[in-house]
Amino acid sequence: MQHFNDPVDIKRPVSIRQKPGMMVVTFDAMASPCEIIIDSDDMKQAQLLGNMAAHETWRIEQKFSRYRTDGIIPAINNSNGQPVTVDTETAMLLDFAFHCYQISNGLFDITSGVLRKAFTFDGSDRLPSPGKVKKLLAHVGLEKIAWQNPEIRMQPGMEIDLGGIGKEYAVDRVQQLLAEVTKSSILINFGGDIAVSGPRRNGEPWNVGIEATDTPEKAQNVAAIKRGGIATSGDAQRFLLKNGKRYSHILNPKTGWPVEGSPHAVTVLADTCTQAGILSTLAMLHGKNAEAFLRDEGVDFWAQR
Amino acid sequence: MQLKNKTRINGALASATCALLGVQNVAAAQTDDHSWKVDAALLYYSETDRVEATEPTIKAQKTFANDQKLNLNLVVDTLSGASPNGAAPTDVVQTFTRPSGNDSYTVQPGDIPLDDTFHDTRVQVGASWDAPINRLTRYNVGVNLSNEYDYTSMSVNGGLSRDFNKKNTNLSVGVSYAADTLSPEGDIPTPLASMAPAGSTQPRDASSENKDVADLVIGLTQVLTPRLLMQFNVGFSESSGYLNDPFKIVSIVDANGRPVDYIYESRPDSRSKQTLYWLTKYHLPFGDTLDFSYRYMTDDWGIDSHTLDFHYRWNINDTVYLQPHIRWYQQSEADFYRHSLSDSEPLPQEVSADYRLAEFDATTLGLKFGYLLGEGKEFSARLESYQQRGDNNPDDAIGVQKNYDMFPELDAVIFQVGYSFTF
Repeated sequence: MQHFNDPVDIKRPVSIRQKPGMMVVTFDAMASPCEIIIDSDDMKQAQLLGNMAAHETWRIEQKFSRYRTDGIIPAINNSNGQPVTVDTETAMLLDFAFHCYQISNGLFDITSGVLRKAFTFDGSDRLPSPGKVKKLLAHVGLEKIAWQNPEIRMQPGMEIDLGGIGKEYAVDRVQQLLAEVTKSSILINFGGDIAVSGPRRNGEPWNVGIEATDTPEKAQNVAAIKRGGIATSGDAQRFLLKNGKRYSHILNPKTGWPVEGSPHAVTVLADTCTQAGILSTLAMLHGKNAEAFLRDEGVDFWAQR
Repeated sequence: MQLKNKTRINGALASATCALLGVQNVAAAQTDDHSWKVDAALLYYSETDRVEATEPTIKAQKTFANDQKLNLNLVVDTLSGASPNGAAPTDVVQTFTRPSGNDSYTVQPGDIPLDDTFHDTRVQVGASWDAPINRLTRYNVGVNLSNEYDYTSMSVNGGLSRDFNKKNTNLSVGVSYAADTLSPEGDIPTPLASMAPAGSTQPRDASSENKDVADLVIGLTQVLTPRLLMQFNVGFSESSGYLNDPFKIVSIVDANGRPVDYIYESRPDSRSKQTLYWLTKYHLPFGDTLDFSYRYMTDDWGIDSHTLDFHYRWNINDTVYLQPHIRWYQQSEADFYRHSLSDSEPLPQEVSADYRLAEFDATTLGLKFGYLLGEGKEFSARLESYQQRGDNNPDDAIGVQKNYDMFPELDAVIFQVGYSFTF
């Protein structure tokens, strides 16, 4: 795996606690609580791994943030039709996004973010006019972008957003990075995006609670994971409600309108967190066929309706 | 059509992810839903000049979805050697009838009388199921069957456990009921009856007897700090039915301490036990763990016992650990325990000379070596020594008994090798 030496000015605390049989590192990144759990009792090692993990996560956060004016994403989004030359890592992410776009028949689209300008998912009944959606849809579609590594050229009015894969990518990067220096079993949890590197020393799996939306008395799904990545997509509190119909914040990039009939949340287990993230997003986009889609893909999943 | 679809998305996604991460490949996701965890061990137990036992055990656990667990276990015991029959040592040769009534054996002056024909094979199988009812509550149910030549035991158990206080407190209740049947070689001897010479009619009551044991345990586990955990248990146990050991006798001696008769022991037909248990487990900052427990037991037979138990797990490195173990046990004697009876006293209703009901203390010293082979494989070896000491010169020794060690001291060695794996 390639290492990238981008500047990192994010400075936040990294805390390390020992729990029975494990070391727990916590820090904040990408607007989420991040946790690295190491199946070891080695405090020194935990400090080293924790700092590596936080540094890498903050690097990715800073580099691909939509909000920092000095980042590569704002540079592309404000290029006004001019070509932008990107670095290796950005190129890899763009290649990946194009791949996902192709294999999903255009359902996974990093340009769909502009549609959000028409919708405010605040639980209200304010739906946009069809005309407004149609107008925005003209700026959606990855096929409209000219991408020839390392140069990207995008029409004015279009925007790309790597937010849909950034956190999962960071989880997998951190896992690969830590695997280069330790054989200990590690569980990485960035606000529900999870990767497990292998069974624990005693051969046991890591038990991951799959958030149940209902009362705590309801049986919680516990996934016993020895290896793999977990990601969840859901509409949580973000939706619109009109005439008793719930419009989720999952927007179909082909129609421009919210997908109907999707579960409240879908959690997927795949080989990597990034794969799980793409599959759970695609499942939500399949609406009422979300479960059927995942069953066909042959992955373990938990859906909440 | 859908199958084609499947190959396209997930497979293509996997290779795209590898390219993104700049790795050749990633290992496939793996859950634990279909794997067995197996602990296999072979234990060898040897008492100096007495019983020797070999005991293979296999425990298997399978975890299903949502943390539901099936446990299975199998134990096979092969026991042989000599065991004290309860009679007191004296200065003459003693002759005893074997349990079958057909044969006899003799014991030399000064020796603790041992019945040297002790041999048996026991097979025990058990199964239990442990599963959540909801996020905070679990239940468990189980059955056990144990069978040996002259003894059968069947038991059922069940329990509930619930977490409180952000899972820092756990309260559990467990009950079990066991029904045992004894059908010893030579049938059930009549309590207090005299042992008859070999070949003659033996005093026998029935060919088999039953015993029931009901247990209730209430447990509280409290996490006090992230490193410190304590557990308190209160236990109640009620046994009823035939509680004698059919092979144990009591010497009746004259004023010189020489045997005039041997009678079969007679214990009460019920026993109520109460136990208190307190465990403290501490995780040291560098990863070692130590646990210390104290157990107090009292029963209506007059036995009070105290057990102190201590383990320290010293992790030498990530793969090797050593675990010293120290255990100390002490008990008072049962109200009806007598090393022997005098022929000048009236025969008591209840009497036993079984050394296990005498006052004694026992010390266990052990060391376990563990080697973690990764992916849940572990090899371990444990060596322990056990010493049991009682009152060799009791104040009420009669005549020549004063010249001999009256308590059958016991020294034993325990060696166990174990291997754990998952598949």
